[in-house]
Amino acid sequence: MRPRKGTIGLILYFLLLLLPIYWMFNISLRTNADILNEFALYPADPTFANYMKIFTDPAWYSGYINSIAYVAMNVLISLSVALPAAYAFSRYRFLGDKHMFFWLLANRMAPPAVFLLPFLQLYSTFGLIDTHIAVALAHCLFTVPLAVWILEGFMSGVPREIDETAYLDGYGFPRFFLTIFVPLIRSGIGVTAFFCFMFSWVELLLARALTDTVAKPIAATMTQTVGATGLDWGLLAAAGVLTIVPGALVIWFVRDYMAKGFALGRV
Amino acid sequence: MSLKLENVTTTVGGETHIDNISLELSPGTLHVLIGPTLAGKTSLMRLMAGLDKPSTGRVLVDGEDVTGVSVRLRSVAMVYQQFINYPSFTVYDNIASSLRLTRLSNHEIDLKVREVAITMRIDPLLDRRPAELSGGQQQRTAIARALVKDARLLLLDEPLANLDYKLREELRVELQELFKRRETIVVYATTEPSEALMLGGAAVVLDEGRKLQSGPTLEVFQNPASVAVANIFSDPPMNMIDGEIVDGEARLGEDIRLPLDGHLGQLSPGPYRFGVRAGHLSVVSSPGHEFRFGATVDFAEVSGSETFIHIRHGGAAWVVQEQGVHSFDLGQPIDVFLDAARLFVFADSGRLVAAPAPAGGGTPR
Repeated sequence: MRPRKGTIGLILYFLLLLLPIYWMFNISLRTNADILNEFALYPADPTFANYMKIFTDPAWYSGYINSIAYVAMNVLISLSVALPAAYAFSRYRFLGDKHMFFWLLANRMAPPAVFLLPFLQLYSTFGLIDTHIAVALAHCLFTVPLAVWILEGFMSGVPREIDETAYLDGYGFPRFFLTIFVPLIRSGIGVTAFFCFMFSWVELLLARALTDTVAKPIAATMTQTVGATGLDWGLLAAAGVLTIVPGALVIWFVRDYMAKGFALGRV
Repeated sequence: MSLKLENVTTTVGGETHIDNISLELSPGTLHVLIGPTLAGKTSLMRLMAGLDKPSTGRVLVDGEDVTGVSVRLRSVAMVYQQFINYPSFTVYDNIASSLRLTRLSNHEIDLKVREVAITMRIDPLLDRRPAELSGGQQQRTAIARALVKDARLLLLDEPLANLDYKLREELRVELQELFKRRETIVVYATTEPSEALMLGGAAVVLDEGRKLQSGPTLEVFQNPASVAVANIFSDPPMNMIDGEIVDGEARLGEDIRLPLDGHLGQLSPGPYRFGVRAGHLSVVSSPGHEFRFGATVDFAEVSGSETFIHIRHGGAAWVVQEQGVHSFDLGQPIDVFLDAARLFVFADSGRLVAAPAPAGGGTPR
């Protein structure tokens, strides 16, 4: 009897988890009048009008493009900075290495809001406000330490003798790193990219404060659906559904290595 | 090529790993580094390879100082105790990887890879990845990688230690054949005296980062310069007992009395330490083993077709190695027979003063 009880429990649990997402999907397929008038478990007369509006109105779809642009920049910058840093922490001993390594993670412990004012001041001085790179760089403050920690864990799992064997074989460092080492920590890089993506994608405070119109993220657009006529429920729900999609796609690719990523590569 | 280490010392964090070692290695000879774990075998090899830099001292190749020269610019190949191959490459690519960095054409590389794969008997596995191979096959791949390079210095750091007994025996014989045909300096590290003896060549006995003795392997085995060397170069460690020479006879332990014949003849009276290898003791009397003394059995262990009987005589714990499987009761009193011609005699300081004449024929133990 036990396994069946367990199965039922799991099904209930997943139903509970999926309920809000389903509800958002449900609302996104209905018109505002319909949503406010009656309670329905499923859309009786599904309409894609909300989605059409997002895909055709530049005010909406540019939000997605902006978000994707700075998130992609952030992931690229984080990885290209963190890969060499993590290699150094994993392979070399240098003065204060342990303290510096811990300090990196301590950075993660401060709430993003703390850095808002300095960022605003700094970026406006350099004329970076309302650019994609501004948000990407600001997010790096949080994603780079995380990336260094995760990658260091994965790299330390590769025996040092592999590096030495490559040098004995006559490999130079860049060639060894790209052709031998990187393929060995492929899954780690995938997981790291996912964690950077996830942070940057859902972070709202910095992204909204540092942008205006040109680089406005989708989440900021969503907060501005409150008009004179009240909330546009259907549109908001459709935008919400579309926000989940990229994350779900990325998770699909790194699903096998997620647990190791949460353990910072140290399983 | 000749490789010379001049007074090399390495200290890591205040700890001395290699203590003032000088060595000269000549080509075409197999050099066996023998020593217990933590003796500094790996540290010494890393110095030879150029993976580490000595704290003081110099490394010379053909008389040229290469102490600080990067490992990439030297002609070195190394096989580790762990099976180290590139996991993302196939066996073929693993073997070919060092050749691809040279100016050889693809055709030449292919010929060389296939040739060495046949020698190491991994030719049917060339398309597999290391993770799909057994431990023995992985180490064969690692050795093939090292051999294909034709490096002037070939280092093998306990290459067979992580393999099971049968595979070890098999690979040991093959390696021995391979080394004979090479003009390289081969350095082979091992903890096992039997492996060192089988490989022959020249031996360097290491302990706690110091060089204790070096010379032709068999000679070192037959004339261990000190008690420490005798212990390292005997498996199980050499049985030691304090004694003295008085009134024209040797008195060992409590009641062993031996006449001063043969190599014991020229010894002057005084205190000594006497050593005998486990294989030169017996629980049965036979020609040669005629000196009987009483002992009690601590315990006996059977290993393969041999029995190691741990005995106690007076205060000393000894081990007797006996062919065949025998069983003994705990605390059982037995008679042990000793061959006086096989006794090593060390001075109180631990220095060898008399060694038995090499046994004609028969495998040394």
